[in-house]
Amino acid sequence: MAGLIKTKPTPPRWLLAELTYACPLQCPYCSNPIDYANYKTELSTEDWLRVLTQARKMGAVQLGFSGGEPLTRKDLPELVKHARNLGYYSNLITSGYGLTEEKIVQLKEAGLDHIQVSIQASSQELNDHIAGTASFAHKQEVAHLVKKHGYPMVLCVVIHRENIHQMPEILAMAEELGADYLELANTQYYGWAHINRDLLLPTKEQFEKAETIAQAFKEQVAGKMKIYYVVPDFYEDRPKACMNGWGTTFLTIAPDGVALPCHSARELPGLECPNVKDYSIEEIWNESKAFSYFRGIEWMKEPCSSCDEKEKDFGGCHCQAYLLTGDMHNADPVCSKSPHHKVIEDAIDSAAKSALSANEKPLIFRNSKNSKLLS
Amino acid sequence: MTINAERPIHFSRTHRLQWEEAQQKNVILYPEGMVELNQSSAEILKLCDGTRTLAQIVSTLEATFSTSGLTNDITAFLEVAIQNGWINQN
Repeated sequence: MAGLIKTKPTPPRWLLAELTYACPLQCPYCSNPIDYANYKTELSTEDWLRVLTQARKMGAVQLGFSGGEPLTRKDLPELVKHARNLGYYSNLITSGYGLTEEKIVQLKEAGLDHIQVSIQASSQELNDHIAGTASFAHKQEVAHLVKKHGYPMVLCVVIHRENIHQMPEILAMAEELGADYLELANTQYYGWAHINRDLLLPTKEQFEKAETIAQAFKEQVAGKMKIYYVVPDFYEDRPKACMNGWGTTFLTIAPDGVALPCHSARELPGLECPNVKDYSIEEIWNESKAFSYFRGIEWMKEPCSSCDEKEKDFGGCHCQAYLLTGDMHNADPVCSKSPHHKVIEDAIDSAAKSALSANEKPLIFRNSKNSKLLS
Repeated sequence: MTINAERPIHFSRTHRLQWEEAQQKNVILYPEGMVELNQSSAEILKLCDGTRTLAQIVSTLEATFSTSGLTNDITAFLEVAIQNGWINQN
C-alpha cells in the first residue's frame, strides 16, 4: 500500500514559502486554491524563522518567497536576512505591486538573491485586464530597478489563450527590459486556471506557433538571456515528472503552516497534510503520511505499474489525475497510455468551441468574493 | 564562446558558489537552479576571482596539486562555464 517506504528519503532541496494568500492582483489562472479565502490565519514571524532554520538544516538551499503577494508581509526583510545567514539562495516571486526602489535596496541589503517579476502581457490594456489591477507601467519600472540594483532579473509571463498571440511582443519586451532569464510558463490547469480553462487553453495551432517563435528567439539570445519554457502538458504525449518525484525535492509551506508536497496538494483528499505548528520539518518530511504517500512506485496501478517509463515521470501529476479523473491514484490523464486520456481531448475540444462561441462566458477572477462564492 | 587568454576571469556576480554541508559538495546557485560541482571544477572556479588569467589559473592548480598538463582540461571546463554564464571576462 502507498505510504510504506523503508529507505530514508532524499532531503528537500527547494522550499517554497507561501507567505500569504493576500494579493492585490486577481489573475484568473492563479495556482492558489479556489477556497483560499477560508484560510485566514498566517504563520507568525517566529514560525517562519523556525521553518527556514529547520529546512536548511535538512539541506534545502533554494528558497522561494511567494504567495499571494509576499510583499504584503511586513516581516519580509527579516525573513530574507535570516535566510541569507542560513545560506539559502533566496528568490522573491512577486507581481512587483508595491515594490519601491527603497524596498528593492532594503531587500538587497538583507541578502535577497533575485527578484522574479511577473508581467501578464506585453500591452498595458491586456496586462491590466488579466491582472485585474492597473499595474503594467509600474511593473516595467520595477523591472528596470531590479536590474539597476544588481539582481539577476527574471521576467515571468504566464501564457494562455488571451496573450499567446503576443509572443513576439513579449519576447521583444523581455529583451528591451534586459531580462537575464525569461520564464515562459504555459498555464498549468489547477486552482483558478482549472475553472477558467475553457477561456485560457489555447489551441494546438496557437501553441505550436508560439513555441516555434520562442525557440527561434532562444537561439538568437543564447549567452545573453536564458529561457525557461514550461511546457503545455495538455499537448504532450507523456506527463511531466511532477515535482521531480513526490516528496523527493520540493517542500511547500502554505500561509497557514500546512506543509505540502506540491503547491496544489492541499486539494487532494485524505492526505492529512501536517502543519509546521505541530511538527518539525524533519518529522514532516521523513515521517508524515502525506509526504510518503506517493514516494517511489509502490502506490502505482496500471498502466503505470508495468510501464517502462515509470521511473522517468513517476506517473505524472496526482493533482491533475484527481481533478480530471476523480482519483489521485490514477495515471496522469495527459499520458496517452491512460484509459482516461479522453478527458484531455475533451478539454481541448471544449476550449476550442468556447473560443469560437459568440457568447463566451467571462473569466472568473481570483479574489476573495469569488473564493467565498465557489468554496 | 571561448576564453580570452589575456583577460582575467571572474566568477559571475549573478551566481553564487558555495559549499553545501548537507550534500558535502560545492554548488553553483542561480535563479531557480543549482549545479552540483565535483571537486576539481570547484577548485577551478574558486580561482576565478577577477585577478587571474587562464594561464595563471592553470599554473596555480598545477602547483597546488603538484602535477602538470592541466591546460586542456581546465580550458575545456572554463569554456563550458563561460557559456553557462558562471564566469565572465571584462
